[in-house]
Amino acid sequence: MLQIKKLQAGIEDKRILKGIDLSVNAGEVHAIMGPNGSGKSTLASVLAGRDGYDVTGGEAIYNGSDLLDLAPEERAREGVFIAFQYPVEIPGVNSAYFLRSAVNAVRTHRGEAELDAMSFLKAVKEKMKELGLSEEFLKRPVNAGFSGGEKKRNEILQMAMLNPRLAVLDETDSGLDIDALRIVADGVNRLRGRDNAQVVITHYQRLLDYIVPDFVHVLHDGRIIKSGDKSLAIELEEKGYDWLAKEAA
Amino acid sequence: MSQAAATDPAATPVEAFAAMEQNGAALMPLRKAGLARFSESGYPSLNDEDWRFTNLKPLTELPFCPVTAPLGQAPGPEQLDSLTFGRLDADRLVFVDGHFNADLSQIADQPSGVTVSNLGRFEGELGSLSGGDDNPFVALNDAFFTDGALIQIGDGQRLAKPVQLLFVTTANAEGEAAHIRNWITAGANSHGTIIESHLSLGQAATVTNVVTETRVGDGANVEHIKFQDQSARAFHLASLHSELGRDARYAFHSIALGSRLSRNNLRMRLAGPGIECVLNGLTMTRGQQLADHHMIVDHAAPHCDSHEYFNGILDGQSRGVFHGRILVRPGAQKTDAKQTNKNLILSDDATANTKPQLEIYADDVKCTHGATIGEMDDDAIFYLRARGLDACTARRMLMHGFVGEIVERIRHDAVREELDALVWNRLETEHQLD
Ligand SMILES: Nc1ncnc2c1ncn2[C@@H]1O[C@H](COP(=O)(O)OP(=O)(O)OP(=O)(O)O)[C@@H](O)[C@H]1O
Ligand SMILES: [Mg+2]
Repeated sequence: MLQIKKLQAGIEDKRILKGIDLSVNAGEVHAIMGPNGSGKSTLASVLAGRDGYDVTGGEAIYNGSDLLDLAPEERAREGVFIAFQYPVEIPGVNSAYFLRSAVNAVRTHRGEAELDAMSFLKAVKEKMKELGLSEEFLKRPVNAGFSGGEKKRNEILQMAMLNPRLAVLDETDSGLDIDALRIVADGVNRLRGRDNAQVVITHYQRLLDYIVPDFVHVLHDGRIIKSGDKSLAIELEEKGYDWLAKEAA
Repeated sequence: MSQAAATDPAATPVEAFAAMEQNGAALMPLRKAGLARFSESGYPSLNDEDWRFTNLKPLTELPFCPVTAPLGQAPGPEQLDSLTFGRLDADRLVFVDGHFNADLSQIADQPSGVTVSNLGRFEGELGSLSGGDDNPFVALNDAFFTDGALIQIGDGQRLAKPVQLLFVTTANAEGEAAHIRNWITAGANSHGTIIESHLSLGQAATVTNVVTETRVGDGANVEHIKFQDQSARAFHLASLHSELGRDARYAFHSIALGSRLSRNNLRMRLAGPGIECVLNGLTMTRGQQLADHHMIVDHAAPHCDSHEYFNGILDGQSRGVFHGRILVRPGAQKTDAKQTNKNLILSDDATANTKPQLEIYADDVKCTHGATIGEMDDDAIFYLRARGLDACTARRMLMHGFVGEIVERIRHDAVREELDALVWNRLETEHQLD
């Protein structure tokens, strides 16, 4: 589904990603771990198409085409979803209106009929119930005044509504209480299927008890320095990253 | 032209004042005092701290000609119906160039404890709320006002319908000025909605100078929506003096879209505990326009909340000015005062000046203010695009959100909906959204 090869990227003169190789196939769940500042969010941003990042080398092929060549909205419509580490507050823009527009933009692209207000509301309320989000949030502006945990759940709600093929979750577990963690994990697991894949960026092995990954990668200083199965996460929890960094050097 | 006869450009305020003698002897002391104050002060200049960013030179260069008698040119009823808010289900008082037009006005049955009429020769306590203000335009208004609205809602009464005050200018000569005076009293536990609009039917550089005094009694609930959409050459000066009693709920919305220069002075005095006062404003300017809101919220009693929300969209070479002073007097404990001013700049040549001013003499209070001046939030645009919306839709959504934040606070459904459509249409047709 996604083949990242020798991807290098940075901001202005700062090199952040220094050659990432990562292959994600349909049906797989990958976890990316790594110290603060190693480039995890940068990778997510480059995959999402955020402005300001210069890709200086390598490529990212998504379902056979060059992902980096697409505008952010085209990526989203093609089924790429990034749950952001820091979701933006958008005062004045109603959550329901925004989400319905987004869902319909994606549906139209897929050749599906747009959801009318009624069927949208029915669908979204169902998902909100599963995620333990009050319907009140639909009336509020996007993320405005939401607590940290509410923002993260809202990201998962959007993901659930947009039904992406490739979802990248950037520290969606940070700032969540234990119950919320389980709810979010359930949300991700519900999405798992033969035709889609998830990349979960996290600092905590705990999340991986709920979302069991097929592969665990360690990102360090812009490179994946080690990959393994879920036992690698447990090892990291015990030993930290230093030993790996030394091994890699 | 015919209208020249109606208002010969007078050389000075003192000469023009002779015409005011005919408007009732009882008001002469107020008028004379106003004239004296204005003769003393003259127009404000950029050296006045309160007018630092608002250059009145184009106004002061106009001939001084208050429209002291009707110009004899009134719009037809159909024309009025076609204006913004022309078809609201409301009682309507129509003023043409500052003169009441009974034929165009209609007042349905209001309860017996309610007065809705033109001011006429009402003297009441006129000047009692605006009197302490040294704004030269209040002095000018004292001297030259011709008419305006009189709304008195008795204790425990409710307006049977919202009252719409429609002020139109028809003047075609430069400098023709309508000086308008409104007096509003809402008795204890009374309830009412007032919709005030200012529109131009001509294109000349006319002047509107409106002073409104509002006394909101204990437990009263008043929503006042002011909509200013005058021609791009007009000058609009407004001064609102509201005194609020214990537990009053007061919302004042100022929508300033038109005029070359508009200035709204808002003076709130929170005189009893438990008040909630909201000042909510939207400006959209382009070309050479300037829109200025200058407010003082005076917390004179404890346990009151005041919120000011002002958003401006600035295009062309236009300028937005915001001055928000919050005064918390000694003893006004548990004050909760919030103020935000956001400016969205669409062109390199537009300017916003924003100045919060907190003066706090009590120790147990919560006061916050925030101001932003800038372009559209790139992070927000990216976020929307990352969810599948194209860049143009994302920008529109943000812009709509920016104005929607303000428009949504209007409680009167029909006004809110019409305004939302109007503002949006204006943005689509007159501003580049792509
Ligand atoms: N806009 C920017 N300008 C300059 N440097 C940046 C910018 N954004 C990120 N960086 C730098 O790039 C590096 C990688 O940042 P990134 O956010 O990708 O790290 P991360 O692995 O997600 O860290 P964390 O675990 O703390 O979320 C950091 O050193 C960071 O300071
Ligand atoms: Mg990060």
